[in-house]
Amino acid sequence: MTIQFNDETFHDDYTFRNSDWAIQRFPFPFHEDSYMYSVNLEPHLSLRPGSVYEKTFDVDEHYVAEMKDRARVLAEDPLRCQSLPHMTLAGWDLLELIMVSKAREYPDLFELHRDGDRWHWINKPLGIEQKFVFLDETTLPCGPLEYITRQAQGDYALLDQRDDNLWMDAGMVTTQADWSLDFDIGMNFFEWHAPVPMASELGVFQRALKFLLNLQQGAPVRRLNWTMTVNPLLDTSPENYHKWGVQKTALTPENVGSKQHLRVELQTLFRLPRSNALAFPIRCYLIRLEDLVTVPKWGRRLHRVLRDLPEELATYKGFIRNRPMIVEYLSQFDDGTPTSPGVFPD
Amino acid sequence: MSRFQFPPSIRSRPVYGTLEPRRGTAHLMVADAEGAEALLDLARAAPEMMAKAHVLYIPAAEGNDLADRLRATGPAQFYVGPSYAASVSRLRKALADAHMGLQIYLAGTEGLIGQAMQEAMSAGYPASAIQTEHRGSVARRVQCVHCKGVTENVSVTPFVCSHCGLNLFVRDHYSRRIAAFQGVCVDAEDPGDVPAQEGLYQ
Repeated sequence: MTIQFNDETFHDDYTFRNSDWAIQRFPFPFHEDSYMYSVNLEPHLSLRPGSVYEKTFDVDEHYVAEMKDRARVLAEDPLRCQSLPHMTLAGWDLLELIMVSKAREYPDLFELHRDGDRWHWINKPLGIEQKFVFLDETTLPCGPLEYITRQAQGDYALLDQRDDNLWMDAGMVTTQADWSLDFDIGMNFFEWHAPVPMASELGVFQRALKFLLNLQQGAPVRRLNWTMTVNPLLDTSPENYHKWGVQKTALTPENVGSKQHLRVELQTLFRLPRSNALAFPIRCYLIRLEDLVTVPKWGRRLHRVLRDLPEELATYKGFIRNRPMIVEYLSQFDDGTPTSPGVFPD
Repeated sequence: MSRFQFPPSIRSRPVYGTLEPRRGTAHLMVADAEGAEALLDLARAAPEMMAKAHVLYIPAAEGNDLADRLRATGPAQFYVGPSYAASVSRLRKALADAHMGLQIYLAGTEGLIGQAMQEAMSAGYPASAIQTEHRGSVARRVQCVHCKGVTENVSVTPFVCSHCGLNLFVRDHYSRRIAAFQGVCVDAEDPGDVPAQEGLYQ
């Protein structure tokens, strides 16, 4: 399969678009007509050829444009990529995982040639060719975490495991749903999740942590998370919230279908072999509502989920002010008929 | 009178205890303002430990100088500093010079406790060797998430960032690495529409 990469932006003029292919494979996150927090982890096994769940790290038509957007955000704010001193080895683990997976699963796009610790990496879509010595930082233009995540869609956190907890001690974060790596780096699992409402009371974090502490090599897991974003803005960071927050007020009944996006994170977790850290990729997918409703089941279901969502969650996810307008828009696409179980289109 | 019951909050927000004498080869005690009262209580409970104690005290600007009473407990080393910033190099030296078995006691405002805790942890002391007790002002150190500048002594929300001038809402989300709470622009979605200021625990 050859991917046609889009020439598009995720800021200012927002030329981002999903092709019909991207719409059909969008990771719609609701398996039923209502939503509440849950651990919802499942094995990250290859599922449905062509879906975002098929490959270890999904590469799609937005790859090149997303990497340009990452470079732009990093140039403005280098603190979006940080690694505490003890996390370099985990960075190498991640580099290996991504390079090996991509070269195996997308041989037409990526090549990795290894001769002992002398590695040769070819990234055709980005026009990058790099010879380096594995585990020797001086042979890369920057640290291993930054190097590989400038070439991989989605945010990446590296979680150190000690004292029966997970510690967010490194990351590359430029496509986040309003959390700050610079503020949260060094926090444990409970601390960085502290601002999330309701989930603590449900015991979600305790169960999730217990599960993740026992995650085994070669047995990655995945889950979906979601929120709502006005305009296809990848960098909804707290750092820049004073600049992008006002965009939420630009929504009107006329433009809600094109400006309002459902934002879905495909979160995966991998045990890393040398560092025993966890890699935590958080891949962001955006879809405008008018594209989403072309799948009738999704339009009906999203209407019901957003209409019935507890107010605390709509507030935390940042769309409480626009919820009435969004629900009104979606109601046109909900004829009240039942929806089939599961996330995929009928 | 100077003890404040913090309401229950989120998991990143620090909680404080009551200082208790512990067996140790040496005792490092750091306090500001009314934190001195917690050290005085400690010295009253176990007067003998003061012979092995190094006390760093930063009196509040408004006076209420408890320094003389602290000195009278007979610490092996006693230092009075004009500000935390002026005292921190001495604190670092004390942490670096200490041997196995050091016990650390921090008392006073959240800003003092948080910053001294950060020094102790980056010097490699485990949390189990550090006790804390809050006394006095409930003002916070707040980091602006936008410009990264830290504003000291914030007792109201929202407040104006002393570095970039944005109107910041004070969250309970706290970073031990930065030793600060998080401040986020309060009028980003409605520029100029700033809610009335209120005290942090009003």
